[in-house]
Amino acid sequence: MAKAMTLTEKIMAQAAGLAEVYPGQMITAKIGLAYTMDTLGKIVFNHLKSMGATKVFDPEKVLVVFDHFAPATDVNYANLHNEVRKLAKQFNVRIYDIGNQGIMHHIVAEEGYLVPGIIAVATDSHALTGGGLGAVVLGVGATDAAVAMATGELWLRVPATVKVDIHGSLPKGTMSRDIMLYLMGQKGWDGTRAEWAYQAIELTGETVRRMSMDSRFALCNLSSDAGAKNAIVPPDEVTRSYLERRTRRTFQFFQSDPHAEYADTISLDVSTFEPQVACPHSPDNVKPLSQVLGTKVHVATISSCSGGRLEDLHIAAQILKGRKVHPDVRMIVSPASQKIYQEAVEDGTFSTLLKSGVLIGHATCGPCHGGQLVILGDGEVCIGSVPRNMQGRMGSAEAEIYSANPAVVAASAIRGSIADPREYF
Amino acid sequence: MPGEMVLKGKAWVCGDYADSHQILPEKYWQGGSKVGTLNMEELGKHAMEGADQNFAAEASSGKYSFIVAGRNFGGGGKSIEHPIFAIKGAGVKAVIAESSSRYFFRNAINNGLPILICEGVTSKVRKGDDLEVDLSKGEIRNLTTGARLKFAPLPDALMEILKMGGYIPYTKKKMATESSRK
Repeated sequence: MAKAMTLTEKIMAQAAGLAEVYPGQMITAKIGLAYTMDTLGKIVFNHLKSMGATKVFDPEKVLVVFDHFAPATDVNYANLHNEVRKLAKQFNVRIYDIGNQGIMHHIVAEEGYLVPGIIAVATDSHALTGGGLGAVVLGVGATDAAVAMATGELWLRVPATVKVDIHGSLPKGTMSRDIMLYLMGQKGWDGTRAEWAYQAIELTGETVRRMSMDSRFALCNLSSDAGAKNAIVPPDEVTRSYLERRTRRTFQFFQSDPHAEYADTISLDVSTFEPQVACPHSPDNVKPLSQVLGTKVHVATISSCSGGRLEDLHIAAQILKGRKVHPDVRMIVSPASQKIYQEAVEDGTFSTLLKSGVLIGHATCGPCHGGQLVILGDGEVCIGSVPRNMQGRMGSAEAEIYSANPAVVAASAIRGSIADPREYF
Repeated sequence: MPGEMVLKGKAWVCGDYADSHQILPEKYWQGGSKVGTLNMEELGKHAMEGADQNFAAEASSGKYSFIVAGRNFGGGGKSIEHPIFAIKGAGVKAVIAESSSRYFFRNAINNGLPILICEGVTSKVRKGDDLEVDLSKGEIRNLTTGARLKFAPLPDALMEILKMGGYIPYTKKKMATESSRK
């Protein structure tokens, strides 16, 4: 009988064609999906050419999504986009281009490319988002992506797994991201001590089992900046019903063995949690909301791979319904995909937000990295449902960024300063 | 030269948490993504600029063969490869760190830059020390002080990639061999 393995180890063993793997082992693994975006697409395709590749290993498992500067924000990007379009055509790779654009970490799940049980790689560090589906999803550089696209394989080192067992009901006003923000504050982010570096983070327990897919994606997304190799939620019936409407790919549900070995096990009761806020200028400078209430804000944004899903828009609309954004605040919303945009139009969410004085932008990563829609001037303060808050990320190095859940962002937009959403339900 | 197993030269030393911004400030990342190519020579002029303004100029004469670093070298959550090209462009032959971020480690190996994990290295090497590093034996000799340090040699699979000069040339050869077999 094979040794007891964690969920991540099982997926890696299967991808390597081995009966068992152990942490630290080097493997050559089959890659079930590889994707890149507008900014790095050209480098990736040029690498493919350098290898002498004329096609990708499987056109159904390789994808380009335009998200970082989509649509183009200047002539350089307009030209770059055209080059990527031309290269993608040469290699017969599908692009989610303007009109179908959105944030790639969401698109791959929404469009059914990402399925449980596979290893997927993307040229962006927030790739870990996809682990919410029960797959091993890794961020990689352009070289790795190109090798994966050409050969369908990559060298990988099997990580040790940390189990985070979450129980208790999240109180009103808190969301899944508050759990990961709290843990980030404890474990340090990738720019400093990063205690979780190189490890697989398995998020489990009754609280996770009750979470929607949107919440699971947000939970895994926030773990990216803790330096983890991957984050993963054990797949279940919630996963299955999400997949039913989306994918035609075959998939496998793996679960950790009862006696699997973990590098660490953390047990967390979230029933007394309050919203968490990452304060300037680092994702691990995390404080409970009560300590930052009253901080004046000029910009509020609900957007990004971290906080631009339908659930995030719904909670914002629930809070803003019948209320106005504070006259000194600019509130900017950007959904994670065109489909989310459409759903928010059809269910009245965007109508509610428009009446409150919110600017509705298109689906792009732009607001989070200062590329478009949100650009901060000197001395401005922003609160956003974004993953990162490093100095200068949204424009001016003299600006400050607070990251928090969408309910906190919406409440703060009304108040004009960081506010408690529980006062608005 | 790619694939050299014993490297010699002077070390430059930095502390803990030298992240991607310190290795290469963000204003130079744009160059790469905008034009869609990475220019090693150009990026090399700005290597380590966020940690030491003088490094790149000093290194341009070939002064430093090694960057010796503390914990979590190359962190900051960036998957981009620009920092690796900056370090290579500055003439550095290998990075020896107490620990490294995952992205930096992968991207370094994949682009033919040896990254060696050696606990305690920052306490045994000072800026300007002459080192001799044996990649396959896992041994560092500090020729200036006489100190010796051991590190776990990289796994064979990664040594093969380094010997070929990176994952692209490695894969090119592999694909060519496979297609000639067909």
